[in-house]
Amino acid sequence: MPGIENPFGSKPVTSNMMNHSEAAEVFTEDVDRTTWHDKTLWFVREKRDKAVFQIPEWEALREAGSRIKHNALSNLDEYLLEFEQNAIKNGVKIHWAADGHEHNEIVLQILRETGATQMVKSKSMLTEECHLNDFLIEKGVDVVDTDLGERVVQLAGEPPSHIVMPCIHKKKEEIGELFHEHLGTEKGASDPKYLAEAARQHLREKFLTRRAALTGVNFAIAETGGFVVCTNEGNADMGAHLADVHIASMGIEKIIPKAQHLGVFLRLLARSATGQPITTYSSHFHRPRQGQTMHIIIVDNGRTTQLGRPDFRNSLKCIRCGACMNTCPVYRRSGGHSYHNAVAGPIGSILAPNLDMRKNADLPFASTLCGSCSNVCPVKIDIHDQLYKWRQVLVAEGYVDSTKKQGMKLMASVLSSPKLFRFSGKAGRTMMRLLPYSVSNPLNPWFKQREMPEPPKESFREWYVNRETNK
Amino acid sequence: MNSRERILSAVKQNKPEFQPLPETTRFQSDYPDLVAKFSEILRFIGGTPVLVANYEEAETYIRQTYNDLPSVVSKVPALQHLATTDWDVLDPHQLETVDLAIIQGVIGVAENSAIWVPEERGGHRVLPFICQHLVLLLNTADLVPNMHDAYERLNISESGFGAFIAGPSKTADIEQALVIGAHGARSLSVVLLQNS
Repeated sequence: MPGIENPFGSKPVTSNMMNHSEAAEVFTEDVDRTTWHDKTLWFVREKRDKAVFQIPEWEALREAGSRIKHNALSNLDEYLLEFEQNAIKNGVKIHWAADGHEHNEIVLQILRETGATQMVKSKSMLTEECHLNDFLIEKGVDVVDTDLGERVVQLAGEPPSHIVMPCIHKKKEEIGELFHEHLGTEKGASDPKYLAEAARQHLREKFLTRRAALTGVNFAIAETGGFVVCTNEGNADMGAHLADVHIASMGIEKIIPKAQHLGVFLRLLARSATGQPITTYSSHFHRPRQGQTMHIIIVDNGRTTQLGRPDFRNSLKCIRCGACMNTCPVYRRSGGHSYHNAVAGPIGSILAPNLDMRKNADLPFASTLCGSCSNVCPVKIDIHDQLYKWRQVLVAEGYVDSTKKQGMKLMASVLSSPKLFRFSGKAGRTMMRLLPYSVSNPLNPWFKQREMPEPPKESFREWYVNRETNK
Repeated sequence: MNSRERILSAVKQNKPEFQPLPETTRFQSDYPDLVAKFSEILRFIGGTPVLVANYEEAETYIRQTYNDLPSVVSKVPALQHLATTDWDVLDPHQLETVDLAIIQGVIGVAENSAIWVPEERGGHRVLPFICQHLVLLLNTADLVPNMHDAYERLNISESGFGAFIAGPSKTADIEQALVIGAHGARSLSVVLLQNS
């Protein structure tokens, strides 16, 4: 039935009870999909590399981006005031929200003042974090996500699984089915071009009829009081320039000091995200157009707490490019939903525990600590170090289950005694040779989706000692 | 204390020790031929570069390429007569039926083929997005190597709104398959007017 909205908006698909590894297990049950997901994201990572290699000064650019963000965080209160003052001068209304709930209430109040009961929305991870859609729909507001990928997951009643490619976990046949049901496309049609055209027509009608539009903010410039929104589809612009009211939601960490710094960040962002030299549209908003009102909501929602954690505050430098997800061997094979957080992947795993340690205690463990995330991060966040540090904090605070703790204790006693270590190694190798089923059985979590390696005949130590004797 | 004061005081209390801005935030790109680099990148991202010597050639190209489009808006004074009506609308929603918009860009960036289009150049902010097809005119003298150079020359807060536009609108949200023509213009031609 065309034009019927999904009444549920975005809802977490994974129940709160499922931790990352359990949810990942569900995702990996479909082997073909997992392989496809893995390869597709790696393809995006390769596109990123190609784009980056064309910029000889890339590393210097990353360093500049990183240091601008360090400066911004170290002087954030002053920059926020400067931004507010300039934005007000520009005729923009500024609101401050301590948490997600206050943010949502402010949006609702603006809509009520406008008399709007319908709103179009472009991509904003912050509003996902605040669960804005659920809140507004409950209050009787019709919210339509206008980024194609976000519209897909909204129709499916799911949250985005990736911050840049929200429906990367879905196959085109599934999207075709959703569009058939909701937009009236032909049954069985799955050609991306056909489906994208259907979405264009469907959403154009929304852009033309909605009086309120909400966008995210990629960068907020203290010096000018303006903000920049980056999209490829043009949906943020179609929404904002046709609506009577434009609401822009931003976390406090979106501040950059000067307009010239946009040169650094716009060069870093799209290359890191998708391998494009820049997004199709980099829209700079400073003043509302004639007859329009423009609001900016500045949101904390835990960010000031994170700012106070010396080991973790650098996570606030993030510019939301998603490069760490595309490169992460765990993300690629477990899917974004397994992270049960608005922002998935490595960066999500260092942001989430700040919001709720108990609920997100599993996330810093969803990593091999290989460090690839830190290597591709355009603003040089030490992501894998922070994942490691969160583990220490979470164990110390008692948020990690006891089996992991017991295992670690046993491991520690074996590793701290050379004698015990040699004995265990030998016993293990013999066991694997004589009784392979003792490890290659479903009770051993390491056997899941893995072939156990051939046990070596001797340990390195034995080899080394024998080599010395045989000289 | 209201939320504003609470947030600002928490930031003040929790922020790290002051760290200065880096000395270098501007880098040089050495492209021997800006027109060639700009055109190469524009083709790569799905746009069409056209190099012309004068407005007559620009007009010929536009007439030939878009001859079947019934409703054309032209915001370029020298190409005003290509417009099908004067399109002096008050409500931007009325631009919904525009097939082709012709707008003059201010600065073009060789490294990514982005063109700065402030609202004054389009009349309505939504014009370069709502039109089905877009033609941007650019003087080759207004090409700069990279984004740092562009921001050096621009005062972005001079306009209430301005956008860097690079190529036609696109999406790869369905299985990473590239589809040109998402919500904005379905095609982009950049007519480069040779004057440098």
